Amino acid sequence: MTGSILNLITVFVLAGFLGFEVISKVPSILHTPLMSGTNAIHGVILVGAIIVTGTAHGNAQLALGFATIVLATLNVVGGFVVTDRMLEMFKTKSQRATEAARHTDAGIPPETGSSARGQGKG
Amino acid sequence: MTLSTGIDIAYLVAAVTFILALRGLSSPRHARKGNIIGAIGMVIAVGVTFARPGLTHFGLIAIAMVIGAAIAVPAARLVKMTAIPQMVAMFNGVGGGAAALVSLSEFARYSHHHVAIYKIVEVLLGVIIGCISFAGSAISFAKLQEMMPTRPITYPAQQVVNGVIAAGILALAGLVLATNSTLTLVILLVVALVLGVAFTLPIGGADVPVLISLLNSFTGLAVAASGFVLHSTVLVVGGTLVGASGALLTQMMSKAMGRSITNIIFGAFGAVVTASGSMERSGGGSVKSGTPEDIGVLLAYSRKVAIVPGYGLAVAQAQHVARELADSLAKRGVDVFYAIHPVAGRMPGHMNVLLAEANVPYEQLKEMDIANMELPTTDVALVVGANDVVNPAARNTPGSPIYGMPILNVDAAANIVFLKRSMRPGFAGIDNELLYDPKTTMLFGDAKDMLTKLVAAVEAS
Repeated sequence: MTGSILNLITVFVLAGFLGFEVISKVPSILHTPLMSGTNAIHGVILVGAIIVTGTAHGNAQLALGFATIVLATLNVVGGFVVTDRMLEMFKTKSQRATEAARHTDAGIPPETGSSARGQGKG
Repeated sequence: MTLSTGIDIAYLVAAVTFILALRGLSSPRHARKGNIIGAIGMVIAVGVTFARPGLTHFGLIAIAMVIGAAIAVPAARLVKMTAIPQMVAMFNGVGGGAAALVSLSEFARYSHHHVAIYKIVEVLLGVIIGCISFAGSAISFAKLQEMMPTRPITYPAQQVVNGVIAAGILALAGLVLATNSTLTLVILLVVALVLGVAFTLPIGGADVPVLISLLNSFTGLAVAASGFVLHSTVLVVGGTLVGASGALLTQMMSKAMGRSITNIIFGAFGAVVTASGSMERSGGGSVKSGTPEDIGVLLAYSRKVAIVPGYGLAVAQAQHVARELADSLAKRGVDVFYAIHPVAGRMPGHMNVLLAEANVPYEQLKEMDIANMELPTTDVALVVGANDVVNPAARNTPGSPIYGMPILNVDAAANIVFLKRSMRPGFAGIDNELLYDPKTTMLFGDAKDMLTKLVAAVEAS
């Protein structure tokens, strides 16, 4: 048992350093989306919620598990969707042009559409 | 390969996607992709969990997940962009609550046997941190939604009371360790909720975004603690990544506001309200107010105009009209840019999101340092629904609660126009001497309304 807790502590320490390192240079415009994105990632608690509910015995444990899963699902689904919605707004000029082209040229031959997309990426 | 090895490998893949997601989210170009990668990893992690041996009650689990998703998706999709901060607070709070409940459920199972102390400590951490995050996020939500006063709520000996509650939690934790009693743990859970409320009450509205970031980090740690309880590496990795990056992000945010985290949590910022609502100040300064037509002409014949958007612009949903004004000025050859304070809106980066929603070209958005270099050569600084982020008290008045916060130096511009609903002070509740400056003209009214009139006035002149 002490071996497995030490393994987890190792993981904890390394993940902690990684968490610091990986976001060390974030422009302030991305602070809100980053907060929201990390918020979605701790929604991984849903995995824990499923495990405790799936092994529950008796109605009290089941009810508690049910509530836990609802909360955890809210966290993970809402977190990712709201972050995606924020990031939808961060488009470069060319991405926007591509999108506008796609909207207005719905009926045009596919070649034009794909070339516009190509420009968007470049 | 056994089933459990396969599951562990899938969890490893998920953990890697979380790291990639964080890295993607730190750069504007890859942010959206990063988020999607994280979501894919999450689907993998949750999906393989169902394959774990020994799990039952799949129907119940599925129903709970459908209910959660059915609430979350519309809430996240339909919420107005201005209300995004409170949504983040809510989604964060429920995560903290879930982490606390996971630890509690697990504890309820082994409380009858003899359990190693470290396992109980893990449970205690999960429950305490998760509950503080849940209750604190609920208060943050209520403050941002203006369901309760945004001003700091203070009472005598507040920190002593909070200290007593915290001591109570430690005592109860000791009792749980000694007795393995589930009932005591439930009482502890309730007291931790009380502490979550008590410690967030004195935090003023302007600081709530930093608070949410801090609580986000807390939830991460609570999830990591649940990971220890359940021996789940993916929970430990996911939770710890958020705990660490959230702590760093909190620090970055408070730095952008020129304040320390301890000051935010214990400072009861903005409790002191000076003059408000009066047109005449004791100092004798008076306010000059103008008409949209005057200002329209002033703008139309300027060379360089800075638009300084604040939360008021967002509340009035005026970002689209602001862009119209900028476009019609640009058409006349006026050099227009948006001066964005890092904490404009209610969260760092919030204003960029709102303006991007209105299709404002990226190149017109200038961050504070660059904007401050441009402002001395700017003819008109048009402040729309912002106040605290341009308040010179942050530079000049050492006693002011916002002293030391970096601000946009709009007072360096040749003319200042404040578009405000009233003389009421900003979110921080501090009077702004700039409103009484001889260079300043006030334009009272709803931001959207006034901007529409300004567009007409510019087009007419």
